Amino acid sequence: MSAPAFGMHLADVVPFNLPSIDYRLIAPILILMGAGLLSVLVEAFIPRRGRRPVQLIVVFVALLAAFAMVLAAAGSRAVTAEGSIAIDGPGLLLQGTLLLVALLAAMLMAERMVDPSGDAFAPRASTLPGSEDERQFTQRGYLQTEIWPLFCFSVSGMLLFVVSNDLLIMFVALEIMSLPLYLLAGMARRRRLLSQEAAMKYFLLGALSSAFFLYGSALLYGFSGSIDLPVIADQITAKPSQSWLLMIGAAFVLIGLLFKVGAVPFHQWVPDVYQGSPTPVTGFMAATVKIAAFGALLRVLYVALGGLQWDWAPMLWIIAILTMVVGSVIAITQTDIKRMLAYSSIAQAGFILVGVVAATREGLASALFYLIAYAFTTIGAFAVIAMARDSSGEATHLSRWAGLGRKSPIVATAFTIFMLALAGIPLTSGFIAKFSVFTAAIAAGDTWLVIVAVLASLVAAFFYLRVVVLMFFAEPGPETATVAVPSVFTTVALAAGATVTVVLGVVPQPVLEMVANADVFIR
Amino acid sequence: MNPANYIVLSAVLFSIGAIGVLVRRNAIVVFMCVELMLNAANLAFVAFARMNGNLDGQVVAFFVMVVAAAEVVVGLAIIVQIFRTRRSASIDEPNLLKY
Repeated sequence: MSAPAFGMHLADVVPFNLPSIDYRLIAPILILMGAGLLSVLVEAFIPRRGRRPVQLIVVFVALLAAFAMVLAAAGSRAVTAEGSIAIDGPGLLLQGTLLLVALLAAMLMAERMVDPSGDAFAPRASTLPGSEDERQFTQRGYLQTEIWPLFCFSVSGMLLFVVSNDLLIMFVALEIMSLPLYLLAGMARRRRLLSQEAAMKYFLLGALSSAFFLYGSALLYGFSGSIDLPVIADQITAKPSQSWLLMIGAAFVLIGLLFKVGAVPFHQWVPDVYQGSPTPVTGFMAATVKIAAFGALLRVLYVALGGLQWDWAPMLWIIAILTMVVGSVIAITQTDIKRMLAYSSIAQAGFILVGVVAATREGLASALFYLIAYAFTTIGAFAVIAMARDSSGEATHLSRWAGLGRKSPIVATAFTIFMLALAGIPLTSGFIAKFSVFTAAIAAGDTWLVIVAVLASLVAAFFYLRVVVLMFFAEPGPETATVAVPSVFTTVALAAGATVTVVLGVVPQPVLEMVANADVFIR
Repeated sequence: MNPANYIVLSAVLFSIGAIGVLVRRNAIVVFMCVELMLNAANLAFVAFARMNGNLDGQVVAFFVMVVAAAEVVVGLAIIVQIFRTRRSASIDEPNLLKY
C-alpha cells in the first residue's frame, strides 16, 4: 500500500467527529493554564510596581477556583476528551491535594519579610552572580515576578499528569510540569552558583528521563497499536505471549516515572536539586512532584500494566528496598539540613512504594494517604528552613541549628512536629501513614518487605530525632541561627502544615475514609 | 522497504544518544544527545504507526517536536546562564553540590 492510498483509506473509513470534552471535569487544569497565560500578560502590560500584587491575586484566585471545581466534581467517574483524560476518585483526590499544597507553596514563594533584601528569588535571574548589575537591582529592590507564570504552568501540568489516560497526554503533562521547575530551581537570590548548578543537573537528568519515558511509550505503542492506557491493558491480556516490545517498553516508561519519584537508583538528582534550589521552590517541588509522579506511576501500573503485575512486582520490590535503605542510611551522614531532607524524601518514596507494590485496593488507598500526609509535612518543614537565617542567608548547616529550641521555642516545636511525623512517631500523620502502608503490604503477603521497611524507618528515626535533640538539648551559641519574623504568608503555611500533620495523626478517620472511598482507577 | 528496519535504526539512534549523555562532557553536546533520543522515539512512533495502520503515532510525533522545541528553549537558557557565570559549558566543572 502506497502512502497516499493509505491516507485516503483512513479518510474514507474514519469520518471526522468532533471530540466530546466534558469541560466541567477538566476545568481545574484549564483554570491554571489560563492563569499562567494571564500572568504572562500581566508581566508584559502591568507596570513593575504593580506586578507583584496583581500576580498574587491571579495565582491565589486561580488555585482557589480550581480547588472549588475539584470539589464540585467530587464523586465523578468519567473518561473524557476522547479517552485522553480519566477523572476518577484517586485522580480528583490527588488534584485536590496538589492544589492545597500548591497554595501553601505559593505562600512560601510570596514571602518577602524573612530576607531583608527581598524574596527568595534573584532580583533578575539574567544578571551574573556577583556583578555590578546584580548589586544595583538588589539595591533598588527589584523582585522577579516571572516566577508566577512558571508556577501556574507547573501546577497545571501536575493536575493533568495525575488524570492523563494516554501516554501522549502523560508525556506532555510531564514536560509542562517539569520545564518550569527546571527554571525555578535556578533562580535563588543567594548562593546563585549552587542554584544554577542545581538547575543544570535537574534539567539534563530530567530531559534524559523523559526521553526514556517517551521511547518506552513508543515501544508500548508498537506492541499494542494504541497509546491509550486501557487499550494497552486489553492488549496485554489478549496477547499472552511475552513480547520484548512490551517488556522493554514497560521498563522504560517505569524508569521515566521512577526518576521523577526519586527512587534509587534514579535518585542522583534529588539531593543536589533540593539543596541548590531556593527553599520555597524546594518545598513546592518536594511535596507536589512526589504527589504528581506517584499519581501517574500508580495509574500506569494499575490501569495499563495490571496484567504484567508478576513481572513488575519483583522489580519494584527491589527498588523499594534499595530506596528505603539507601535513603535512610545516607541521610545519617548529612550535615546540611536541606540535603538531609532530600535523602529523607528518597526514603519516604521507598515507603510509599511499599504501598504501591501491594497492588491491592488497600495498597492504593494507603499510598494516597501517605502522599497527603507527606506533602503537608514537607511543605511545613521547608517553611521553617526558609526562616532559620544568619546575615548571609539561610543557615542550613546542622551545627547552626544547635540550641534553636531555646531561642525560638514555637518555630522549633513546629519543626519537631514535622520531624516526628517524618519519623513515623504516633499521634502524627506519619505514623498513621506508615501503619496503613505496612498493613496493606502485609495483607498482600509482602511480609519481608515490611520487615525491611520497619528496619529502615528505625534507621531514619535516628537522623530525624537527632535534629530535635540538637535543637532542644544544646545550648545556643553565637553560631546559632536566628529565626526571622515572617509575614502572614509563611505563618499561615507553617500553621497549616503543622495543623494537618497533627490532625491527621489524632483523628485520621475522615481522611482514611476519603481515600478508601476514592475507589480504584477508572478503566 | 520493511518498516521494521526503521525500528532497528531508531533503537541504534537511541543508544547512541544514551551513550553520548553518559560519556560526553560538554553540556551542549549532552543536551544534543538527549534531543537525539527524543527524535529516535519519534522515528519509532512513525514507523510503528505505519506498521499498526493507524495515525496515533504520527500525531504523537508532532506533539513531541513541539515539546522538544520548548525543552530547547529552557535548556539553552540554563546552559547559557551557566556558561556566562563560569565561562565554561563543562558538566564536570560545577561541582559545589556533592555527597
